[in-house]
Amino acid sequence: MGVSEKISDKIEREASIVLSKKMILWIFIITIVMMFAAWTSAYIFKRAEGNWLIFEMPTLMLYSTIVLLVSSFSMHMAYSSAKKDNLERVKIALIFTTILGFIFVVLQLFSFKSLIDKEIYFTGKSSNVAASFLYILTFIHALHIVAGIVFLLITLAKSLGNNIHSKNMLTLELCATFWHFLDGLWVFLYVFLYYIR
Amino acid sequence: MAHLEHTAVHGHDVHDEHHEEHHELSFIRKYIFSEDHKVIGKQFLITGLIWAVIGGTLSMIFRLQLGLPNADLEWLRPILGEWITPDHKLSQEFYLALVTMHGTIMVFFVLTAGLSGTFSNFLIPLQIGARDMASGFLNMLSYWFFFVSGVLMFISLFIETGPASGGWVIYPPLSAVQEAMPGSGLGMTLWLCAMALFIISSLLGGINYITTIINLRTKGMTFDRLPLTIWAFFLTAIIGVLSFPVLLSAALLLIFDRSFGTSFFLSDIYINGHALDHVGGSPILFQHLFWFLGHPEVYIVLLPALGITSEIISTNSRKPIFGYKAMIGSMIGITFLSFIVWAHHMFVTGMNPFLGSIFMLLTLIIAVPSAVKAFNYITTLWQGNLIFTPGMLFSIGLVSVFISGGVTGIILGNAALDVHLHDTYFVVAHFHLVMGSASFFGFMAGVYHWFPKMFGRMMDERLGYVHFWMTFVGVYLVFFPMHYQGIAGFPRRYYTYTVYNAFNSFHDLEAFISIAAFITFGAQFIFGFNFFYSIFKGRPASSNPWRSNTLEWTTPLHPGHGNWVGEIPTVYRWPYDYSKPGAEDDFIPQTVPYSQTASSNTEHDAELLKNEQSH
Ligand code: HEM
Ligand SMILES: [Cu+2]
Repeated sequence: MGVSEKISDKIEREASIVLSKKMILWIFIITIVMMFAAWTSAYIFKRAEGNWLIFEMPTLMLYSTIVLLVSSFSMHMAYSSAKKDNLERVKIALIFTTILGFIFVVLQLFSFKSLIDKEIYFTGKSSNVAASFLYILTFIHALHIVAGIVFLLITLAKSLGNNIHSKNMLTLELCATFWHFLDGLWVFLYVFLYYIR
Repeated sequence: MAHLEHTAVHGHDVHDEHHEEHHELSFIRKYIFSEDHKVIGKQFLITGLIWAVIGGTLSMIFRLQLGLPNADLEWLRPILGEWITPDHKLSQEFYLALVTMHGTIMVFFVLTAGLSGTFSNFLIPLQIGARDMASGFLNMLSYWFFFVSGVLMFISLFIETGPASGGWVIYPPLSAVQEAMPGSGLGMTLWLCAMALFIISSLLGGINYITTIINLRTKGMTFDRLPLTIWAFFLTAIIGVLSFPVLLSAALLLIFDRSFGTSFFLSDIYINGHALDHVGGSPILFQHLFWFLGHPEVYIVLLPALGITSEIISTNSRKPIFGYKAMIGSMIGITFLSFIVWAHHMFVTGMNPFLGSIFMLLTLIIAVPSAVKAFNYITTLWQGNLIFTPGMLFSIGLVSVFISGGVTGIILGNAALDVHLHDTYFVVAHFHLVMGSASFFGFMAGVYHWFPKMFGRMMDERLGYVHFWMTFVGVYLVFFPMHYQGIAGFPRRYYTYTVYNAFNSFHDLEAFISIAAFITFGAQFIFGFNFFYSIFKGRPASSNPWRSNTLEWTTPLHPGHGNWVGEIPTVYRWPYDYSKPGAEDDFIPQTVPYSQTASSNTEHDAELLKNEQSH
């Protein structure tokens, strides 16, 4: 009797550790949201003040958006395959997601180049605050994507060691949450910059 | 068998991730890179106290300049070197640096990290009944980010061009243009790096506090049985998590303006007749971003102190806290409102007067929950069996300075009055009473009260009384006269006032304030002595010296890693059952079930008893 109680206690405690880890991630996400909320609010404030360059979003960014959306899809594949214990699919989907993440970052860098070709500069005499904001928002987001890729690589390593399956989902779940968030954040930024410029 | 079970559960609880190094941790793991919340709390405490001495010393130096403007300061040359000018005066640049660093250190390092870091870490697991924080590792990182941040800030005090000097609010353009003043160069860069690390530290801490409070409460510890300290730490952490990232955003933009040539906050600046390349930015934008953190920050500093006070006043009045739910409600109200009043710091920035009146209205609404809290403290004290421990005295002192300083907040909150009072000593008086003194009193109250739990010994009471009375009288003597100066228009942050005829008549008052400040500062060393002496030589404490209800007093006198030996106690009641009619004793700890207190159970309790038994 006493012993079985202890076991249920232990299960409860382990559940609360899993819950804690998820919550830590979510609160971390909230802090990122607040940072971007600050920048986008500042953007709106500054735009209302005038002296604002109306820029064109580089077309490459449309492609990068699509790439990231697809990567979210493959991330979800990894997740649902892991739930069904289809370990090979998990690995393939994770590799695919990671590669798409890389492609996204490269596309963003090329978009910066295309902006520079159009003489839209981040800094310097001929740059406008609007352009600086455009660079900052996309650049810091890309930095987060790099962090996401690192997280993906860690998850992938675990998965290659067959350590991710339906009974051990936590890492993958956290990774997926973070990745979907970064994806959603980008879609938001893209729409925001596209319509409010 | 029972014993076996104990160790099994114990071992698992504590070291779920890293098995088996149960007892003998190396010195480094135990005291330096410790993941035990109690050790981390003490690390924050000691570091915070050291910073308090540094921050206080800086203010003593600028009080010298203000109170005794003609004094010969040559004797400071061995310490301050070139900051003493050839004619034996304090250099003007250094005066500004002193004011800036004093503000920064006190607000962030002492009253945010020192206060919240110490007590959130130390008390949250102990009072909610948890083995440790949700993530001991992140918690350790939180301290070490703070430490490194402090190292950078400390280094900046000693560089040739001096530390940041544009005020703790670091408004651009002063802070953004490196040539603006000596402190805007390397000093400002170090300030920004230090603060970036500090923000990370705060966020790591806050994330942990929130997660721990939500997930790791012991059985029976529902949200409506949490001690008010925990509620305060919880809401403080929420405020921090929502507002510190915004400061980080602002700081990043500032860094880009300073070092990478963007113009977020800069426009049309001329230096020596030459226009800078920066055009099109807005310095006001920075103020918005800064105060979106800045105002919540003042509550980050205050709420923990209020929580600590609630606990101490209730315990030492031997009465339940008056209006437990109202206290929680007011704190939630304050938390919410603190995010929508920031522009009351910006009434004179040329904002639309209509917008100004909206912020004025919202600002004045904050006075309501604040007043509810003040009244609840007073009604808790009313007709209580007051026990004047040093912690209790500091808590009552907090109520006093909180009211004195809060009242002037209402005056400042009126846009029309603030136009006159902004950036005068009236503001200095306001926030030193309501934030500086109140939070400092809460800090001291907490140290006196939880010292027995931290170190297993008692602090000396008589020294505590001397410390309290000198501090209490001292802060009023220092800060009260500043109201009059402020009403007369005396501007803050000025190096010298003797060149203005209008303010020359304040000469004696300035000298008076400075002398009072020196004495008050000196009195803190009584505390310092008491604190360190008692750690080693204090009278050994009993396990529950204040006869208090909360869970931390059910742990062993020197709780080990994991806090409780054996199972974590279950909680059956709220923490404020003091002097309950019909009870044998004048306190009933949270761990006592209703089934054992038949004589004092109310009708409502009888229902809870049924619940208890159906489990
Ligand atoms: C009754 C509630 C309060 C009201 C209505 C209020 C209002 C104000 C206003 C309008 C100002 C701006 C004055 C100016 O710069 O011209 C101000 C400044 C300030 N208040 Fe309060 N306040 C209240 C409570 C508090 C509390 C509880 C704290 C801290 C715990 C606090 C800390 C500060 C600080 C630090 C400043 C000055 C910041 C600076 O310019 O360096 N206030 N307050
Ligand atoms: Cu404010």
